[in-house]
Amino acid sequence: MPEIKVTPLGAGQDVGRSCILVSIGGKNIMLDCGMHMGYNDDRRFPDFSYITQNGRLTEFLDCVIISHFHLDHCGALPYMSEMVGYDGPIYMTHPTKAICPILLEDFRKITVDKKGETNFFTSQMIKDCMKKVIPLNLHQTVQVDDELEIKAYYAGHVLGAAMVHIKVGSESVVYTGDYNMTPDRHLGAAWIDKCRPDILISESTYATTIRDSKRCRERDFLKKVHESIERGGKVLIPVFALGRAQELCILLETFWERMNLKAPIYFSTGLTEKANHYYKLFITWTNQKIRKTFVQRNMFEFKHIKAFDRSYADNPGPMVVFATPGMLHAGQSLQIFKKWAGNEKNMVIMPGYCVQGTIGHKILNGQRKLEMEGRATLDVKLQVEYMSFSAHADAKGIMQLIRMAEPRNMLLVHGEAVKMEFLKGKIEQEFSINCYMPANGETTTVTTNPSVPVDISLNLLKREMALGGPLPDPKKPRTMHGTLIMKENSLKLVSSEQALKELGLNEHQLRFTCRVQLQDPHSDPDTLHRIYTHLKSVLKGYTIQHLPDGTVMVESIVIKVSSSAEDPNTKVLLLSWSYQDEDLGSFLSNLLKKGLPSGLC
Amino acid sequence: RKTYLSPAKKLRLSKPSKSAALHVDLCKATNSTDALQYLLQFARKPVEAESVEGVVRILLEHYYKETDTSVRLKIASLLGLLSKTQGFRPDCIVDDIINTLCNEKSHQVLAQLLDTLLVVGTELPDSPAVRQRLVQVSCKHLSDTYFGVRNKCLQLLGCVGTVDAPLSKDVRDVQSIISDYFGDQDPRVRTAALKAMACRLLSDDYEQVRSAAVQMVWVLSQLYPESIVPIPSSNEEIRLVDDAFGKISHMVSDGSWMVRVQAAKTLGSMLQVSPHFLEQTLDKKLMSDLRRKRTAHERAKELFASGEFSSGRKWADDAPKEKLDTNTVNLIASGACGAFVHGLEDEMFEVRIAAVEALCQLARSSPTFAEKCLDFLVDMFNDEIEEVRLQSIHVLRQISTHITLREDQLDTVLAVLEDSSRDIREALHELLCYTNVSTKECIQLALLELLKNLNKYPTDRNSVWKCLKFLGSRHPTLVLPLVPELLSTHPYFDTPEPDMDDPAYIAVLVLVFNAAKSCPTMPALFSDHTFRHYAYLRDSLSHLVPPLRVLGLDPVDSGSASGSVESAQLFLQQSLNRISTIQNLEAPGAQDLLNFTIRDVQRLGHLQTQLSGAADFCATYLRCQLLLMKALQEKLWNMAVPLCLKQNVTATAAARQILEETYKLEFLYGGLENRQIATIHHVRLQAKALQLILSARTRQGLDPLISSCEKFLQEIEAFQRSFLTELPHLHDSFVDKLLELKPRISACSSVELVKILQTTLRQSGLLQLRLPEQIHRATATIIEPTGESDNPLRFTSGLVVALDIDATLEHVQDPQNTVKVQVLYPDGQSHVIHPKPGDFRKPGADRHRLITQVYLSHTAWTEPSQIEVRLLLSYSSASSSLSSSKHLGWSDSSDGLQSPEAVVEGTIPFSKPVKVFIMPKPARR
Repeated sequence: MPEIKVTPLGAGQDVGRSCILVSIGGKNIMLDCGMHMGYNDDRRFPDFSYITQNGRLTEFLDCVIISHFHLDHCGALPYMSEMVGYDGPIYMTHPTKAICPILLEDFRKITVDKKGETNFFTSQMIKDCMKKVIPLNLHQTVQVDDELEIKAYYAGHVLGAAMVHIKVGSESVVYTGDYNMTPDRHLGAAWIDKCRPDILISESTYATTIRDSKRCRERDFLKKVHESIERGGKVLIPVFALGRAQELCILLETFWERMNLKAPIYFSTGLTEKANHYYKLFITWTNQKIRKTFVQRNMFEFKHIKAFDRSYADNPGPMVVFATPGMLHAGQSLQIFKKWAGNEKNMVIMPGYCVQGTIGHKILNGQRKLEMEGRATLDVKLQVEYMSFSAHADAKGIMQLIRMAEPRNMLLVHGEAVKMEFLKGKIEQEFSINCYMPANGETTTVTTNPSVPVDISLNLLKREMALGGPLPDPKKPRTMHGTLIMKENSLKLVSSEQALKELGLNEHQLRFTCRVQLQDPHSDPDTLHRIYTHLKSVLKGYTIQHLPDGTVMVESIVIKVSSSAEDPNTKVLLLSWSYQDEDLGSFLSNLLKKGLPSGLC
Repeated sequence: RKTYLSPAKKLRLSKPSKSAALHVDLCKATNSTDALQYLLQFARKPVEAESVEGVVRILLEHYYKETDTSVRLKIASLLGLLSKTQGFRPDCIVDDIINTLCNEKSHQVLAQLLDTLLVVGTELPDSPAVRQRLVQVSCKHLSDTYFGVRNKCLQLLGCVGTVDAPLSKDVRDVQSIISDYFGDQDPRVRTAALKAMACRLLSDDYEQVRSAAVQMVWVLSQLYPESIVPIPSSNEEIRLVDDAFGKISHMVSDGSWMVRVQAAKTLGSMLQVSPHFLEQTLDKKLMSDLRRKRTAHERAKELFASGEFSSGRKWADDAPKEKLDTNTVNLIASGACGAFVHGLEDEMFEVRIAAVEALCQLARSSPTFAEKCLDFLVDMFNDEIEEVRLQSIHVLRQISTHITLREDQLDTVLAVLEDSSRDIREALHELLCYTNVSTKECIQLALLELLKNLNKYPTDRNSVWKCLKFLGSRHPTLVLPLVPELLSTHPYFDTPEPDMDDPAYIAVLVLVFNAAKSCPTMPALFSDHTFRHYAYLRDSLSHLVPPLRVLGLDPVDSGSASGSVESAQLFLQQSLNRISTIQNLEAPGAQDLLNFTIRDVQRLGHLQTQLSGAADFCATYLRCQLLLMKALQEKLWNMAVPLCLKQNVTATAAARQILEETYKLEFLYGGLENRQIATIHHVRLQAKALQLILSARTRQGLDPLISSCEKFLQEIEAFQRSFLTELPHLHDSFVDKLLELKPRISACSSVELVKILQTTLRQSGLLQLRLPEQIHRATATIIEPTGESDNPLRFTSGLVVALDIDATLEHVQDPQNTVKVQVLYPDGQSHVIHPKPGDFRKPGADRHRLITQVYLSHTAWTEPSQIEVRLLLSYSSASSSLSSSKHLGWSDSSDGLQSPEAVVEGTIPFSKPVKVFIMPKPARR
């Protein structure tokens, strides 16, 4: 039985360094190639030695597909392609291809320039790696080679995030990457057609969560900002450069527009400007509202949001500032926070998760006195708010996607084992399909039952046509004679002569002979004649010959008569036919066994 | 047939004590009632998976022995229950059940057995062999005479049959089998057949099919809402409409947005659904890490109840509370769960709008649901698409009779007042007019926000005032405790008198006065200047300030104004009756009578606004008669032509004016009946006759006279044709007399005709006007530009400048086609601009709002100067011709309709002109 094998090198019962190997129909595909945020040693990257111990990966992989630009999905790409060695095609969507190198470069800078690590990939390597990338469009079927084809679907999550449908023959796998089933202010919801893949590999970050309506969250957020601005306070929103930042910007921008507010909004510069540029370009990847209105005005050309300058932080009056990084652990957001922390009119809104140990985490837990470097303490008087804006599908969303795609098997990655266990149970219960959740390095094998296509020779078809019968109907099966040749991974149905010729074999004649005893009190030639006339009356439309050498030929069947030695009245008929005339031959032998009718002259 | 109890099996069976006990019990049972009791007891206890098969065997054994149908029925249902046991593969008992099916005679038991098979079929979705057997069995029993059996067979077919695989040669595919039963004689069977079909198609691959299936399920649910259907995989039963509701709710999260729109729309029309299901649509069981979480809405409610206000200060504020049992969490919620939550969050705004509309329809029929969906609707005020926001505000207004807003909800609603879109703000004002609030704080909050709004967008003045008027009159008791604060009065000290022209102060007064109307104790709290201001506002803004019974103020004014409509109507009728005493147009004193009556009627119209339309109509009509009378009494008729040129001119002018007035009568007033139109046309004929006579007198030469005579004859014929039914009412009138003389007229020469006309015109009596039920005059008021600005609008000559126009139209039919904007420049140039159909909004019945931009341009001027802007109502006589059924837009109608009368098109100005100061500057080089 054919099989599909799936082995996660990363993200198996874990979040981070997504890297999943799939073998399908003799093709090997790597899905995502990410890094782990939590490690700074070798565990940071997936263990590529699983694929091969020595040397390059090119000959072991048919292609690499990157679902979106987050570093836990593409962070190890230059390492894999340039340092381990891979020269095959790498597929990603256009926006991912555009934004990915910016993030990789930033990642490299932090690790090499700031932390001083050596033996890391260089800027040149990133460039070389990106040269191997082939961009994908949504819903475009790309032939990787003759058999392997891939197709990208919209996934929401971040700009350019895609789900991929991988197909070899009639076997197929869908990999979701990260996706979001509820639309937000700048992206739409994930969508896939009913492609019924053999395996659906889905993320399961929020396997055990069902989320509240996003409108409540948005309303809360806007209300808090608005109230603070009306009081004359300053609002600090620490964000990471890409993704949520854009969503919040749009949210505030439209709110400002609607409410005719005048207070300035600033966005601290850096990565963002470059990235915002790409958001402006890839309008087709955004949601309905932005797509429909960009002709009048591109939503990412912010009217109220301006670039931030360090001196603005001391300006009087209300303002809103988006600053990086998101957890208040360093950089501009921390500087601004220090400046504003003393005034209770001000507010800081944390739009995402904060890692333990960061200032963000501390203030969220209600700490009001912070120790700074140099033994200074900082009184936190400003208001601290938390808002969760997350772009992963929740449990309901995952179930919704399964219902959309109707897979035969389900495989969960990118989530915690305990949570997966719960979801797995639910999936098996609701859809009665198998659900797997392999750990890193563990292989899941799924047997499939694909239909095998066979080439049929034109001559054979024409001959079949010439034989008559009903015209071929694509909806009905039909039987025909032919020879199946399996040669070099391909299947062909040809006529037997052609098969012999192609294989260089001699044809063997196969003849059946049989004796039939008959009670007939006539002489041998008379009996033969009687048989001849009998057959003539029964088999109309067949050529029947009475040959002078004492035989009767029906088509190619030879009938001879001889008397038995003991009893001259018992005649022995000798029938002989070739394999091709088996039907007629056995009919004749049955007919003659019944004897000749008496009325014959 | 197999032997069911082979010795080996018996041995194995004897081990589990439970089945043995049952066996013993059943053997002991002497009569059927006992056996039934045992079975009922047994059904209450759970059975382990490994002993299920044994129990099934024992049950079957008893089944064969049993003669009583009710016991067999119970056993059959027990079999179904047992097959659902976790970890038990029921394929081993399929054969047994099918065998029993063949021997069973009782229809009820048959139906129950088929039901058991249905359970087995759903438990074994992956076994094609079993499915095929089940399909065969059900096909066999489809010919049963009992409807229940046929019903179950169809259900079974719908459940186990697959769409794509034709099962075998002799068994036709399931679809066609099911569809055969669409024509069954029993409606219950027909329902089952349709349902089996529709429910399967809901999961079709193609969106059109799914969309059609949604419709089909809906139709079914409307046809047989109350029939009871079982839920497969459990033995509960629910109403069909509930089941269909659940199924359609499921489609709200379909992959195709077209289907989602359709499903959301359909949900709105399923009003019979039970409230339990309805409320599920708003419920999405939240959880976080397997712990139940409260929704933000619930939290807001609790916070409100506990008196605490601000929320979300703490990080883990929404921390999940109780731990959930993993088995009870249903991720693909069965049925309706959360359908609207999904629909309202959808990516496509079409789906969101459909969901909002559906919510509205459902909420209107169920007050409890209205209360529940309030939070969600309020959330929609924050949608990214204005259309959706607007729609949700409208919806909230429509259901506002059912709800009372909480303070926190009101707060969210009021936040939208700062929206920069005028439509949104006005819709919100409209909403506030109909809202019930619960506390005086709410009133205060609303007033505060409205004043803020007024401050930010001064153009909203009228709308805000109106809103406060309703707010005050709806909540007098809540306003009462606020009065001292609102009017800033003090028990001991005199406070400064506020500025009377301050819109904010007027707003407060409007609120207070309207509340005071039904709260007699309130005026005691007013200070002296408040009374003065009342008197002033009552005069200047009488539509906003109600009459109050105020001490020290002359109550006569308010008393006379509130004269009843009936008496006014009576007066109008009497005036008209008086006119009818006039015998013919030359009667002495007739002119005076007409003059007085016109004056009376006009005054009446001013006093009684409800009758102003009718009064205006009468006055105009009478004025026409008066003009006609005057024209006929001119001395010119007795003089030679050359001597009376001057009089001739006035008579001609009168004829023209009458014509114009008749067009106004016909097109400016709504609610006219055929009879009035005939009367108007009659006046028009008289005017035309007058014109003909005058032209015959002045003009030399016969040829033009002959042609105009022919035209006139044609018009008489046209009149006769169109108002055939009205002719009896026109007795003794001008037309009546003409028609009497018709044979003579058509034969005589044109000179003779003129003579006849002249005499009939002078002899014919005044036609009595009968008023219809309601007459409304089309009116338009330009709100913007106000015409008060002294700053000229400067622009470079040759380029265009956009002028915002905002006007309200009342009682205008089809304004998209008839209303135009006219711009008059000081040099006499005039432009007529046809606004886009999209610029008209319909805020209420018989009311339209025109918000548009007109483009102005002119060559350079040296000084700023004023242009006039006004609204025109265009008409076309073709559009009124009663024979034509549905006319096209007025501009197209001339070529579309070939009526014998020449089509007359024109415009009637129906708004006061507004002056706008503009200044085109010469272009700078």
